[in-house]
Amino acid sequence: MSNMLLITLLLGLMAIAYQLGLVRSKGVAATTSGTGVKMHSRPTYHAMLVALWVGVPAALIFAVWSLFQPGIIESMVLAQLPPEMMPATENDVRILLRRIHNLSGGFGLIEEAAAYELNAARYMAELRSISQMLMIALMASVAATALVWTRKRIHPLLRARNQVEQAVRVLLVACSAVAILTTIGIVLSMIGEAMRFFSFVSPMDFFFGTTWNPRFSTVGTDGQTGFGMLPLLWGTMMIALIALAVAVPVGLMAAIFLSEYASDRVRAVAKPIIEVLAGIPTIVYGFFALITVGPFLANFGASLGLEIRATSAITAGLVMGIMIIPFISSLSDDIITQVPKSLRDGSLGLGATKSETIRKVVLPAALPGIVGAILLAASRAIGETMIVVLAAGNSPVLTANPFEAVSTMTVTIVNQLTGDLDFASPQSLVAFALGLTLFVITLLLNVVALVIVRKYREQYE
Amino acid sequence: MKTTNMMPEDQLDLAQKRDRMQQRVKASLKRRHAQEKRFKGMGMAAVVTALAFVTLLFFTILSKGLPAFWQATLTLQVYFDPEVIRIDPKPEKRSDESEGAFQQRYLAWQTQLGFVNFNRIILDSLAREIPEAPEYQRDALRLVTSGERFALRGLVEKDPSIIGQTLTLDLLADANVDVWMKGNIDRNLPDAQQQLSARTRAWVDELQARGVIKSKFSTALFMNPDSRSSLASAGLAGAFMGSLMMMLIVMFLAVPVGVASAIYLEEFAPKNKLTDLIEVNINNLAAVPSIVFGLLGASVFILWFKMPLSAPLVGGLVLSLMTLPTVIIATRSTLKAIPPSIRQAALGIGASKVQSVFHHVLPLAIPGILTGAILGVAQALGETAPLLLIGMSSFVASVPATPFEQSTALPVQIYLWQGNELRNFFEARTSAAIIVLLALMITLNALAIWLRKKFETRW
Repeated sequence: MSNMLLITLLLGLMAIAYQLGLVRSKGVAATTSGTGVKMHSRPTYHAMLVALWVGVPAALIFAVWSLFQPGIIESMVLAQLPPEMMPATENDVRILLRRIHNLSGGFGLIEEAAAYELNAARYMAELRSISQMLMIALMASVAATALVWTRKRIHPLLRARNQVEQAVRVLLVACSAVAILTTIGIVLSMIGEAMRFFSFVSPMDFFFGTTWNPRFSTVGTDGQTGFGMLPLLWGTMMIALIALAVAVPVGLMAAIFLSEYASDRVRAVAKPIIEVLAGIPTIVYGFFALITVGPFLANFGASLGLEIRATSAITAGLVMGIMIIPFISSLSDDIITQVPKSLRDGSLGLGATKSETIRKVVLPAALPGIVGAILLAASRAIGETMIVVLAAGNSPVLTANPFEAVSTMTVTIVNQLTGDLDFASPQSLVAFALGLTLFVITLLLNVVALVIVRKYREQYE
Repeated sequence: MKTTNMMPEDQLDLAQKRDRMQQRVKASLKRRHAQEKRFKGMGMAAVVTALAFVTLLFFTILSKGLPAFWQATLTLQVYFDPEVIRIDPKPEKRSDESEGAFQQRYLAWQTQLGFVNFNRIILDSLAREIPEAPEYQRDALRLVTSGERFALRGLVEKDPSIIGQTLTLDLLADANVDVWMKGNIDRNLPDAQQQLSARTRAWVDELQARGVIKSKFSTALFMNPDSRSSLASAGLAGAFMGSLMMMLIVMFLAVPVGVASAIYLEEFAPKNKLTDLIEVNINNLAAVPSIVFGLLGASVFILWFKMPLSAPLVGGLVLSLMTLPTVIIATRSTLKAIPPSIRQAALGIGASKVQSVFHHVLPLAIPGILTGAILGVAQALGETAPLLLIGMSSFVASVPATPFEQSTALPVQIYLWQGNELRNFFEARTSAAIIVLLALMITLNALAIWLRKKFETRW
């Protein structure tokens, strides 16, 4: 945790620098008062500038150093290894480096450490402490120089405020870049791991295979089979369709009733209660499906002579439908209220009843927006995880029977990545290929939905 | 002049036509009004259905979970027998010894205490109520959950002067006793399918009749970490701590970064292709499935940066990235609602752009930003799927002290408990955990609504 200590120290140093800068700039201001020269910036800006100059370069050194130190040390350690001990393959090098790491960190090893390994470990520890010391020295000297220099620089004409504001702007831009970086990170990491997966299994087998049965085999063996995605995709689609079949009628009719018929009081009470459904954690829905809905459906099916599994596509779909009701109802509600009153008045004036007006005038006018809302809800349903993990039964088979247990892409991602995390085997890497597919599907749905909704908004604004 | 000279037949015809028309209209009106009624009825039915789902959900969880807050508890006279607890006096720090030496002595004393057979103590106190208990040790010990041994040890460690005294203590009964008492298992099942032996069951019924075992409000659910050996005392403390740490990380990462980027996009960014791209990107990020963020965390934080598995730190980072769009969108809409006149007034009296934003716009936006931040944190609190992928689904029997240690989170604990084999005990306990989680979320949301109501300004 010496890094934490270092960061705390740096922050403390910045605070001291701020105080020093403040005192100094106040002094400068006092000497110039009455001489006709006016300070360009207030003392706090000067102080902030000093603190920034002290903190930022040192922090940059710290970041760059931490980024490159491990790599450089590793290559130096490898360079001093006796040549005959140098492992041949890249994988062996990695294993050896891990052993040396553990040794130098004071952890034990499974096997006895060889003498050359001990030497290398000692060397590594030595390098590490030297590097650490160098870094601290460099940071301290840079910070000290900056402190002295910027303190001296404080002058009535120094445009400290503009410089501080420039720094603030850079910070703001950096913060908004985080969102972009997240997307790039998602795409790159998924593509990277998915590519590694496709080096084991051909994309054709993955995207068009109809059996999902990945057996656990050791890394590197040929003939990885059973990675066909279609059963999972089908399960996902089936559950999402069931969910939409539940949520669209209920959500849409509820939105119509609340926006067109209900009195203000009913609306004020019912709308927030329905929206509560959107705030409930999905694990709660999953538990609800498992404990209440599943057994109920199974009993209900038995009374009709149908065989319904307690954990099945219909259970998961039904509960997921309940979950997305508020998405559809509140989005549609917004859209329906946006339809101009003149359209309604025109229709009512021609003698149409209220329901005729809604069905023949309001809904067609709101249709694009409602479609957008449904697409957004569909993408939510496809990406939903916990309900299906608990209630879909996890059996990856191609079946058209909604009363059977199925599996989905999200469930499989969870199954493949929990437990032992071994990122080298196709059994784990397949999760990233599935995640990439999921990401692309939901992205397409979202983009189409957002475009439709946006177009529609512009139409009536 | 044909029109004025209408034939009577024509008039009759017209009147008939009008009549027929009226009849048709009347008939269709009936149909149309019926349709209107049906349509309205459907709308009402949809609202009622949605409300019924909400009610059913809460009713199920509450009716299953509330009883779990009361657990079967034995009230026993516990005699801390000096014959059994044969330990040295608790070491006191001497002035002439170093901290290390004292620690060593203390550890030795703790080890000694660890060897004490507290089962013996429990058996003896059970024997006061059930005379034949010592003969059937196994059956008797099944009455009290195994974690209570350590609770007794903790009592002695805290205050060794209780050795030799008799205290009246509440000991949690075993999970299976609780199940039997609450009738969560079919009492008519044959012995082979019962978790408790016939003798233990008979004892439970007898003790219950005498009032020794009672359902009492138990704090075990809140105070203890998870446990696998002593199911009756498994609690949420560890998960709660993990969730709390992650919430703090989200608050200190997602909120400032989100607010800053919203300020940039709303106040400073030039309207160009790049800003458009960022905007579309943020809207999309808000709709990316949460599990994808888990994959991101697994590959970037764990695989590349070699951060520890199951640590609240990694969970907090992943959840921060996930809630970032929520915070940005909420902050932007708040900033949008602040009238331009505020900015213009500030700029007009000579403030810089940055000053006008940070000194004038931002303070007015704080209530809205807080509301958005709280909603974001609440969203992060309920999220499960991404946490499973970064290894937070492992069993952790301690309360984490730092964000680098292994931990679970409240929703993950729910996931773990619902899968426990002792279904008829853990169904209720999981529901109780859900009640705790929902209570927290409702509190957060209520806080957000209250803030909005209290500080809302209409421009």
